[in-house]
Amino acid sequence: MKAKPGVPSILKTAFVNALIALVLFSLMVGIRTEAGASGQLTYWTRFGELASLVAAVFGGSIVIELLRQWIGPSGAEKLVPPAVKSGMSFIGRYVAPALLIFTLLVPVIFYNQRYILDLAILVLTYVMLGWGLNVVVGLAGLLDLGYVAFYAVGAYSYALLATNFGWSFWVCLPLAGILAAFWGVLLGFPVLRLRGDYLAIVTLAFGEIIRLVIINWQELTGGPNGVSGIPRPSFFGIPLDNSDDGLAAWLHIEYSTTHRIVFLFYLILALALLTNWATIRLRRLPIGRAWEALREDEVACRALGINTTTTKLTAFATGAMFGGFAGAFFATRQGFISPESFTFQESALVLAIVVLGGMGSQLGVALAALTMIGGFELFRSLETYRMLVFGMAMVLIMIWRPRGLIGHRAPTVYLTKAQAISSDLVKEGHG
Amino acid sequence: MSGDKILNVDRLAMRFGGIVAVQDLSFSATRKQITALIGPNGAGKTTVFNCITGFYKPSGGAIRLTHDDGRTIALERLNDFRIAKQAKVARTFQNIRLFPGMTALENLMVAQHNALMRASGFTLLGLVGAPVYREAEKRAIDLATDWLKRVNLLDRADDAAGNFAYGDQRRLEIARAMCTEPALLCLDEPAAGLNARESAALSELLLSIRDELGTSILLIEHDMSVVMEISDHIVVMDHGVKIAEGTPREVRDDPKVIAAYLGADEEEAAAVMEGGS
Ligand SMILES: Nc1ncnc2c1ncn2[C@@H]1O[C@H](COP(=O)(O)OP(=O)(O)OP(=O)(O)O)[C@@H](O)[C@H]1O
Ligand SMILES: [Mg+2]
Repeated sequence: MKAKPGVPSILKTAFVNALIALVLFSLMVGIRTEAGASGQLTYWTRFGELASLVAAVFGGSIVIELLRQWIGPSGAEKLVPPAVKSGMSFIGRYVAPALLIFTLLVPVIFYNQRYILDLAILVLTYVMLGWGLNVVVGLAGLLDLGYVAFYAVGAYSYALLATNFGWSFWVCLPLAGILAAFWGVLLGFPVLRLRGDYLAIVTLAFGEIIRLVIINWQELTGGPNGVSGIPRPSFFGIPLDNSDDGLAAWLHIEYSTTHRIVFLFYLILALALLTNWATIRLRRLPIGRAWEALREDEVACRALGINTTTTKLTAFATGAMFGGFAGAFFATRQGFISPESFTFQESALVLAIVVLGGMGSQLGVALAALTMIGGFELFRSLETYRMLVFGMAMVLIMIWRPRGLIGHRAPTVYLTKAQAISSDLVKEGHG
Repeated sequence: MSGDKILNVDRLAMRFGGIVAVQDLSFSATRKQITALIGPNGAGKTTVFNCITGFYKPSGGAIRLTHDDGRTIALERLNDFRIAKQAKVARTFQNIRLFPGMTALENLMVAQHNALMRASGFTLLGLVGAPVYREAEKRAIDLATDWLKRVNLLDRADDAAGNFAYGDQRRLEIARAMCTEPALLCLDEPAAGLNARESAALSELLLSIRDELGTSILLIEHDMSVVMEISDHIVVMDHGVKIAEGTPREVRDDPKVIAAYLGADEEEAAAVMEGGS
């Protein structure tokens, strides 16, 4: 274990941070420029504000360093007594089923609370996106900053196929997944020989390129205006509306708009669970083990005769396919999509969910999606300070658990007993 | 002459920019025997391994692998993972390269990737849980268990490889290479960092691989007690060229070999002369 840094090193860190802040803020805050009345440049200095900002950075750095010593990184994991540990594994075993049962009951419990149902659908969408990206980042260790591109491909695939050809959601859903996977492979081919930071940058660029193509290819995508009038999903052919052959009329119950919301809720829940099931299953197959081996040591993989290129491509395509499914769902839920929904911010959010959850952990990702999306809503009343509080909460969590909420890895096969593998052994991948 | 030779290296050369790491190197390895490649630090031994196993593309020369059935493969033309997959050459690394976050059993399962991939119908059969795949997986686990037993790590099958002691990691890496069912096993300093007892166990393991399974072994090793005890044939390199070859006895008495080791390091030279006796 590393020795904890003493007072001088903390002060040094704080001093360096303050110096960087001084350089940055002296131009951004210290000097204020404006166009004067007759167009000339007027400026004035604000050294008071500058000083207080630099002081805040200095103090903040000290606080963060101290917090780092007090609450994290939780090396506590090794220090916890076995009794507590087995208690925790007991909780671990029952948290997931309990969460699932609760999720299944959400529409029953909150039937009349439209706001909560909408929020739950949003959370589930991000759970699904997180699980999809988890295949790429968590299992295969490939840092993908352009995941939103596949979400966009899925959404536009459904939107365009449905509005132009009138194809039903259930036909378009697999197509959206296949098209997204196809784009995943297309992107993967030239890109996957890159590693680490380079891969991250190129995938980031790819995400932006897709968005720019959507904006500029006016005839097909409607450009910045987006695609509207996207058909709502039907209950396997029976529309969920007020008409005579709608579901409500069929079941002889009174029509309510909540029916459609509840249906959408179960639809995204089913899609997310499909993603989860497939990922868990794939992990235990040779392909999934090869993904994880690739994250652990690519050179060793090659020495064992594993084709690393196709293995990476399958990870990319699988992740992209789930992104495509989620995109199709997004389109049918919104009824309207535009390029604004597919900015880099979405990629960053989904990646943050995967990292916060603990890369590779299915339950961790679900909890992280709930924390991030739910937490963001929770702070809504704080208005302007929402981002600040939210950011601070994230920093605290990452100091407390740098490897994510659930950092350990479960083995995919065992002889006598499956033991969780501590997170400091598991590699994060290098590209 | 090639009938009983599994590997023929012919005038191999490897240059890195201006550095000549290997030059005009020719030797061969006999089937079902242990061939050792020795030499002082920086002699170019690992570079030869990297050329044989496809991690480097040789600047010149030919490397021929002849399988039991007479099929001959030009290794210098195959690259990357294909050497392990098609030519059935497995290797270990000088600085151990296990999958530290995976269990010992998982490490050995990954080694059987290609066979399992075929059995799982390239994932489709496996995804639906077809019995064909389940059978294949069971056989793979049996093979892995068998190897864990051989390297004496069975009771640690479900522990993360990264938690293993150094000597255990070395043995696990050999077991992993053997799980690919290779025709030629290349070991880069398997005894490095082992104590005397562990070295002796390693010698025994390598001899059993040769005698019971008939796998040919190419071995880089500095530990002369191991080299002299188990090698059938020794090739000595210095500064990228071959300076001697022969049986352990011939090599030990060769003045050129002694001079090379004396030039490099007196302790090592002493070890060569004492080793095996
Ligand atoms: N990738 C590379 N680029 C440049 N030079 C290299 C490279 N690989 C090896 N060399 C050089 O080739 C020479 C031989 O190195 P090599 O690693 O093959 O020696 P070795 O016999 O395995 O030594 P040791 O016993 O220390 O492992 C060294 O001078 C080394 O610097
Ligand atoms: Mg070496």
